[in-house]
Amino acid sequence: MTRKKRSALAVFRESKIAIAGSILIVVVVSIAILAPWVSPYDPREQKVVKRLQGPQADYLLGTDHYGRDILTRIIWGSRTSLTVGLLAVTFAGLLGTCLGIIAGYKGGWIENFIMRAADVFLSLPSLLTGLIVIVALGSGISNVVIAISVALTPRFIRLAHGPTLSLKEIGYVEATRASGGQEIRIMLRHILPNIIGPIAVMATLWVATAIRIEASLSFLGLGTQPPNSSWGLMLKSGVDNIMISPYLAVFPGLAIMFAVMAFNMVGDGLRDALDPKLQG
Amino acid sequence: MVKYVIRRILLMIPTIWVMVTVVFFAMHVLPGDPAISILGEYASAEALENLRKELGLDQPLIIQYLDFLWDMVRGDLGNSLSNNKPVSWLILSVLPYSVILSFSAILISIIIGIPVGILSALKRNHWIDYIARIAALLGFSTPTFYLGILLLLLFSLKLDLFPMIGGGELSNLGSMLHHLTLPALAMGLVNASIVTRMTRSAVLDVMNEDYVQTARSKGLQERKVIYKHALRNALIPVIAVIGVYVGVTLGTAVLTEIVFNRPGIGKLLVGAVYNRDYPTIQGTLVVFAAFIAFINLLTDLSYGIADPRVRYE
Repeated sequence: MTRKKRSALAVFRESKIAIAGSILIVVVVSIAILAPWVSPYDPREQKVVKRLQGPQADYLLGTDHYGRDILTRIIWGSRTSLTVGLLAVTFAGLLGTCLGIIAGYKGGWIENFIMRAADVFLSLPSLLTGLIVIVALGSGISNVVIAISVALTPRFIRLAHGPTLSLKEIGYVEATRASGGQEIRIMLRHILPNIIGPIAVMATLWVATAIRIEASLSFLGLGTQPPNSSWGLMLKSGVDNIMISPYLAVFPGLAIMFAVMAFNMVGDGLRDALDPKLQG
Repeated sequence: MVKYVIRRILLMIPTIWVMVTVVFFAMHVLPGDPAISILGEYASAEALENLRKELGLDQPLIIQYLDFLWDMVRGDLGNSLSNNKPVSWLILSVLPYSVILSFSAILISIIIGIPVGILSALKRNHWIDYIARIAALLGFSTPTFYLGILLLLLFSLKLDLFPMIGGGELSNLGSMLHHLTLPALAMGLVNASIVTRMTRSAVLDVMNEDYVQTARSKGLQERKVIYKHALRNALIPVIAVIGVYVGVTLGTAVLTEIVFNRPGIGKLLVGAVYNRDYPTIQGTLVVFAAFIAFINLLTDLSYGIADPRVRYE
């Protein structure tokens, strides 16, 4: 391990917020994986006689308008949020980074085309870009993943493009090119490893954004569809029943907040760790 | 400067054109038939055919696209499929509500975010800094619509201080402010957390610069060092972030308008999506894109006010 890597790790370890965020992520991921074993009820089990109950011994966070256990649905909802968040960022990251590197490395009309297209999509808020895709494809979890990927891809393109421009002028890259190195090999072996750090940091922060967009689309009734569990969908039913059962909207929102906060905390910690000003 | 502004306005045209094109083709791969959406599943084949003709849906897609572009250049965004009213009229009737909401939210975020960010930076690692940072992290991680729901629960349902729904009357300032307070606070507080984080980091960066150290070493009062030397330079990235977040604010306004059942362009858009009213969807998205492009221009121009060294070429 190099000295720089060690010191980056040290900066990360010293950040209490980053460590707390990592612990929170481990907790949320564990809950999502262990959902069938840790949730007290079946997420789809309806008990109409028990509908809209407040928190009590049998139902720690109460029940919704179908008499389903809210705690159980929050636990199962973590699967939706994490799956959508991680998949969308992975797809957007892979596609956006590839396009950004190609744009920066190739230059000319390819660069112009890719970057102008990215600019157009960046001119709308991510939520609205996601909304356009959902309108075209229809709702459902897989379409939400595609919608959020489309919304986030231009951000990765921009992030990968800038450093590629300067890296391709650096001596060893020019030397490899001059000695007849394949372009694809140069991009993968010499450029990608040098830009992956900042991309990983932003990817962590954008998992939080993806979770928030999924919750927003589901809240609008355009994302995850019933009877699947989704925190945004639960918030929607909370607002629909706000006069009868106010707490229904409180707990799913807290779950979104903690998950988003966990990724933000780790993202902040990673950013500090890679900031040369903060390294020893 | 004038040349720069004209060039930027001209550059807005291709951006909006591409956006309009993307939106148009996205709308036309929509599953379902708009004619059935309007007349219902039990309409006769003849009635459906007549309506398709009337709406121009029987034309090849490229002709529909060119017609749409030509109409848009003339300021005609078509008629709503839900109520047959002109889309431009529908947008204009709710746009003031969204603009007032977004700008109030931005104002709140500046009024809270910049002083808290400065204080947090100047009191680095003091308890004030820790509280500000934790509050900013919480705000940054809270979806606007969730904060809106919490404010609604506390101030409308529990304390009965503010109305739960509606946007008030635009002609009546008291009614308008009464309806505006909670949604603007929900959006403003979340944005304030972003402005706080950005301001703190910008001020910390500037405070380490040589010219600030020089100003201190020549015995200038700390207040003067901060206001005359540090803040002005720290403002540039903060303005950039506020500019970028105007667009994000407009996006979150969609959700806030739904939570507070408030008229606005976001609520119009979501209603149009539910009804597959694609002329209204297209129209609202075009207005969003144009508005954000315009805000980006204003943001770029404001750099020059904060930093006279910025030259527009």
